[in-house]
Amino acid sequence: MGRFAKLTGILALTTALAGPALAATELSMWYHGAGGDSAERDTFARIIKEFNESQSDWEVKLQAFPQIAYNDAITAAAVAGKLPDIIDVDGPIMPNWAWSKYMQPLPIPEEKFAKFLPGTLGHWDGKLYSVGLWDAAVAMYARKSVLEENGIRIPTLDKPWTLEEFDAALVKLKDSGKFDYPLDLAMNDKGEWYPYAFSPFLQSFGGDIVDRSTYKTAEGALNGEAAVKFGKWWQSLFERKLAPGTSQDTADHDTGFLEGKYALQWNGNWAALKPLDKFGDDMLFLPAPDFGHGPKIGAASWQLGISASSEHADGAAKFIEFATQDKYLAAFSNAIGLIPATAEAAQMTENYKDGGKLAVFYDLSAKQALVRPVTPGYVFAAKEFRKALSDIADGADVQDTLDAAADAITADIEKNSGYGH
Amino acid sequence: MPSRTPETRATSLFMRYAILVLVALIFVFPLVFMLVSSLKPSMQLLSDTSSIRAFLPVGDISLDNYTASFARAPVALFIFNSIFVTSVTVVLNLVICSMAGFSFAFLDWKGKDVMLSIVIATLIVPLETIAIPLLLVVNNLPWIGADGIEWGWLNSYRVQIVPFLSDALTVFLFVQYFRDLPRDLIEAARIDGASWFQIYAKVIMPISGPVIATAAILRFLAMYNQYLWPLMVTQSEQYRPVMVGLQYFFQLNTDWGQVMAYLSMITVPVLAFYLALQRAFITSIASTGIKG
Repeated sequence: MGRFAKLTGILALTTALAGPALAATELSMWYHGAGGDSAERDTFARIIKEFNESQSDWEVKLQAFPQIAYNDAITAAAVAGKLPDIIDVDGPIMPNWAWSKYMQPLPIPEEKFAKFLPGTLGHWDGKLYSVGLWDAAVAMYARKSVLEENGIRIPTLDKPWTLEEFDAALVKLKDSGKFDYPLDLAMNDKGEWYPYAFSPFLQSFGGDIVDRSTYKTAEGALNGEAAVKFGKWWQSLFERKLAPGTSQDTADHDTGFLEGKYALQWNGNWAALKPLDKFGDDMLFLPAPDFGHGPKIGAASWQLGISASSEHADGAAKFIEFATQDKYLAAFSNAIGLIPATAEAAQMTENYKDGGKLAVFYDLSAKQALVRPVTPGYVFAAKEFRKALSDIADGADVQDTLDAAADAITADIEKNSGYGH
Repeated sequence: MPSRTPETRATSLFMRYAILVLVALIFVFPLVFMLVSSLKPSMQLLSDTSSIRAFLPVGDISLDNYTASFARAPVALFIFNSIFVTSVTVVLNLVICSMAGFSFAFLDWKGKDVMLSIVIATLIVPLETIAIPLLLVVNNLPWIGADGIEWGWLNSYRVQIVPFLSDALTVFLFVQYFRDLPRDLIEAARIDGASWFQIYAKVIMPISGPVIATAAILRFLAMYNQYLWPLMVTQSEQYRPVMVGLQYFFQLNTDWGQVMAYLSMITVPVLAFYLALQRAFITSIASTGIKG
């Protein structure tokens, strides 16, 4: 055999062997965690590695963005027609992205996610667009010894505080003279925290950011009798010095409860481990008070979806199915402390299994969670809600402020032809 | 009229210096706070903010925040990207804008005044207004790369440089400065047979140090602090500059010590650049009344 024939044979052989490797189609994936929790990034990297090794058709490549810049980056990419195949999306923002044609419905039967917490599933227009590997929950941080010293009943999921009980507890804690403020609401955080943490109070009073029966107006929901009752109580918290107001220092929020300056703190499960370490068995995570229409907390965190422009939706769906296995839900929870999306996964974790340190948050999420209004207009409405609550806390007239917010939200809905509702 | 005694003069001098020191401290305090805070753990940093300790390197002092910053984000890459993009843009911008300024100031051509008015009018158009159309333009531009002609400029250095190679403010600064120069210089050079380019390069630019320094500093700051545009056009981490990189440090529970360490590091090139051109910058302001 001549040298040329040998060379040709070797080339043919190597090309044939390389064939399957070259056949893998690249799936681009963007997520919001650049600079964030390295454990979260590592877990994503592990899932992607295991997915890529598990089959030869698809190869996922991850590109991370800083969270604050992520939504703007997605918008710019959508304008340029350069969206990736797989994106992660914050739950309440998802309807806006679906309506804006940034995303397409998941080509996965919804039954596959039948056991997922409701807050982890993102729906728009009757279709499933996104699925979360975890959820987050908010609780009332408290110390057992403080409540007992002041003769305050410890509420349970089945019997949460009523408005009157909660208010009386705050007054009692203030009158004890042992705290700078009885309650820390984290008023320093002017971002998504306001609608996420405080709109459940409004909903428990019987109001809402928009009228969910039609999603075509905020009139009556945000400025009706229940909402005004909530607004007046909300304002009184700051007038009576029961909670620090909008000028609260970030440092005070970060250290206040741990240092005993605040008796109670409205905070999320992501911050739960520090006080647990400090106060041990004395630490309590209490359910939201029932202000009249049942206790409520916010729901929906970051979720995975497929961009509308993806030409490989089938591959992207395969990855999402792969990533939402219980073992990965548990891996994320163990890595970053958030609530796993299923009860089976919760049992595989340290903190959320029965008797686990944070198991109460899973129950809170399962029993009290209410997703923020599922509408593309949420992005605008959330800003108006945030401004209204901030202004009311600063002393603005309750009815006037809520009327103005309701008018602005309704006008925005009308301007956008009802946002597809 | 009695002359002032040495004691009065000393008191006056003391008062003047006292006021200057006070003003200097007000301006220096934020920088001191940033540097000192970059050496403290986040919890200590936050608790120190309520006292003078915020400005003192006391307590648990270490370089841990710097180490952690490098672990959190590719800091060196971001600083390199910013310095590269900024330097190339500033140099090319000065060349292009000074030539334009020279043309507006010294050459006679039809429609010059109208054109200058149009250029100056663009000062009131913020980048945010044209960001989307500009994105659509650069996304459809060709480029000759290693694999032949490529379409779209996203994820590159050129997309951060080319759109900013000229700007109205810099042209305006050069025009104003050139107009104040004695016309005799130009006429003498013309009589000696110099071409317009020779006059620009060998007569005018060598005596334009102050305006070059002013324009360079203003352009440097504007480019170095760019956020929106690079965020829109750099989807890959490889090309991100420092201001997009800063967002890596703002998380659910922001570690302020690391934020301060990162800010301290990215401030160094700005300070170095300003200090290098400080004298010429002050001369320019003093001689032309330009306030930037």
